[in-house]
Parts: sequence; C-alpha cells; structure tokens
Amino acid sequence: MTDKWTNRLSEYIDGELDSAEQAALEEHLATCGHCYATLGDLRQVVGRAKQLEDRKPTNDLWGGIRAGIARSEPRRHAPVVAKRRFSFSVPQLLAASIALMLMTGSGMWVALHQPSRTVTPDFIAGRETRRPPNVNVNWTRSTDAAIADLQVALDQNENRLDTATVRVVRQNLAIIDRAIADARAALDKDPGNTYLSLHLADTMRRKVELLRRVNDLAARS
Amino acid sequence: MPRQVLEDTLTADSIAADTALAASGDASAFERLYQAHVARVHTLVRRMLNVDEADDVTQDVFIRAWQKLSTFRGEAAFGTWLHRLAVNVVLARRKSVGIERGRFVTDDEPLAGATSKRTTPELSMDFEEALASLPEGARQVFVLHDVEGYRHEEIARMLGVVPGTSKSQLHHARMALRRHLDR
Repeated sequence: MTDKWTNRLSEYIDGELDSAEQAALEEHLATCGHCYATLGDLRQVVGRAKQLEDRKPTNDLWGGIRAGIARSEPRRHAPVVAKRRFSFSVPQLLAASIALMLMTGSGMWVALHQPSRTVTPDFIAGRETRRPPNVNVNWTRSTDAAIADLQVALDQNENRLDTATVRVVRQNLAIIDRAIADARAALDKDPGNTYLSLHLADTMRRKVELLRRVNDLAARS
Repeated sequence: MPRQVLEDTLTADSIAADTALAASGDASAFERLYQAHVARVHTLVRRMLNVDEADDVTQDVFIRAWQKLSTFRGEAAFGTWLHRLAVNVVLARRKSVGIERGRFVTDDEPLAGATSKRTTPELSMDFEEALASLPEGARQVFVLHDVEGYRHEEIARMLGVVPGTSKSQLHHARMALRRHLDR
C-alpha cells in the first residue's frame, strides 16, 4: 500500500523537503502507520549502508598491476605537496617527530639514489618550469624570515603553554632543525637534486606549520 | 590519547611519503599504496559493476592511478583522489560496454528481485547480495549516495541524469533493500 507521501520518505530522511512539505509529511506520519513503518525501514537501510565494510579481493591483483605499470612509466611530474593539517597534541607531536626522524634517515638514503633534477618554487607549486638555482635561495630566505617571525612570537607566548607541551615542542623543533640542516648540507653537495630540494621545502613547511599551530594554541590558552 | 589517533597520524605520514615516492617512479612505494587502498577500491568497483569485472577494473584503476600521479597535487588525501579516479573508471566502463542503456528504471517500474521480505525465503539474503541484485542504475545511485556519500547533484553530473532521477533511483533502491533487512 502506498500513498502520495511514500515516495517522499527518502527525501524526508535526507532533509531535502522544504519546510512546508516536511510539516505536511510529519502530520501525515502521525496518522499513517504504513508510512511510519516504511520510514523506519528506510532509516535502517541507510544505517546498514553506512555499516558495510570493505573487503580485499580474494585474488592477488598486484601481479597484473605490476606488469601494467612496468609497461607505462609514470610521467615525471610535479611533486606531491599535501596540505596536511596538524592536530596539535603531545602524542601527535611525538608521532610527528618519529615520522620526521624516519623520513630524514630514509630520505637521505633515497636522495643518494635519485637522479639529479632541478627544483624551483614554481615546480613546488605545480608548474614544472626550469629556473636558475638561485631561486631556491630566495625561496628559502623568505621562508627563513617567516620562521624567524614565528619563532619570536613563540618565544613571547610559550609561557602560556604547560611545560610538558613546551618541552615536546622544543624537541620537535630541534628535530626539524636537524632535518633542515641535513637537507641543506646535502644540497650543498648536490644542488640539482630534486628530492633534496623537496625534502628541504617540505621540512621547512612543517616547521612553519608547527610554529603556527603552537602560536595559535598559545593564543587560545 | 587513543592509540588509533597516533596510528592514523603515522599512517597519513606514511601514505604521503609513499605517494611522493611513487610519483617519482618508485614502484615499491606504489605497491604499499595499493595494499593500503585495494580493499576500498575493489569493494567500490564490485558494488558499482559486478563481481566478475571487479578484479580487472580494479587493476585498471591502479594502473591509471600510476599513470596519472602527475595530476595529483595533494589538495585532497591520496585515498580521496584514488576513490574519485575509481568512480570515473567505473563510469567510463559503463559507457564503453553500453550497459547504462535501459538500466535506469522509471518511478513506476517495479524493481527486479525486489521480493517481499515477509513472504519469501529470501529474507536472509545478505545485504550485499541484495544490493548486487538491484538494477544497475538504482544500485549505482545507492552506492554513490548512501555508501560513498556523494550528493545528488554530483551523482547526476557523473551519471548524466537530472538530480530528480538520482533521488528517484535512490528511493527505489532503498525500498527494495528494506525487504532484505535482518530483523
């Protein structure tokens, strides 16, 4: 048994009826047991859909994929510069420090096994153009200035944070500084190395993000 | 702090690093991305198409992802980008084999396999099986909207229909699936 409202129940669940239609349907639901029961069923269906779980394929598909990608090398392209959000908590800072340490160690190993390629700020922004190496210098100089400003702000504000947080922040900044220093030292030896340039840019970006987060946190404290 | 949050943070770092490495041509990093995302992609493909095509299309999705890593800019998570790519591959597959024709039922057309819960032995049919038994159009709208969280406007654009058709298909799918709820 259906009536004119039965076919509107999904829209009602999804909040897509206007206020007049919604009020009329709710008035109808108060007197129509069939629609009321159907509404309950449909809500269960929606709930079940959200509970469905992903399942891995029973067959191993990687072999075919490996063969496929071997025939089609990816185009060399702009690096992935993810806009990540840092949730600022002590455990997460610890996690970040672990990841940084791992990335720094493995990154250097990878860098030594990468073919050289020039990277520029435009390249980082997704426009793969060639620029003279001194553009890198300008970019890092402006980032250094931003970091210095943020560092000053943090020095003024960190007394608003609890000592445990300050300690972890300092530890993380020290780790990041070491990573930046390592990347710069490696770049001095191999100025055209793309991976190293990216690694330096990413690490400096992480420092900027971390400082901003800490300053925001201190400002809210 | 829950351990899951810590693990999620490390996983996100790991995926971001592997994405960068894969983009530079590191197949081992790409295999790790595959291992992390294959279940989600394969399940999406299986639900949108059918189990027989799922393996082939999943492989196609990952090969295309490898080829298209140059278009991934990091604005979204890699998983989100890959998922959208998988949807596009599935929809292109539908067009290429011409299975979209006639699969969008009208408002008044009864759904195939939509049997009454209270009168047939199919009451215990697995919800996934019930989903697989839906007509193509209704199934795909249901998967995209209720499982994957796309809006009707997005679905309509992807499927080349009007939003009203997407809403209608969704309602049909839900009405059919309600007969297969476990109670």
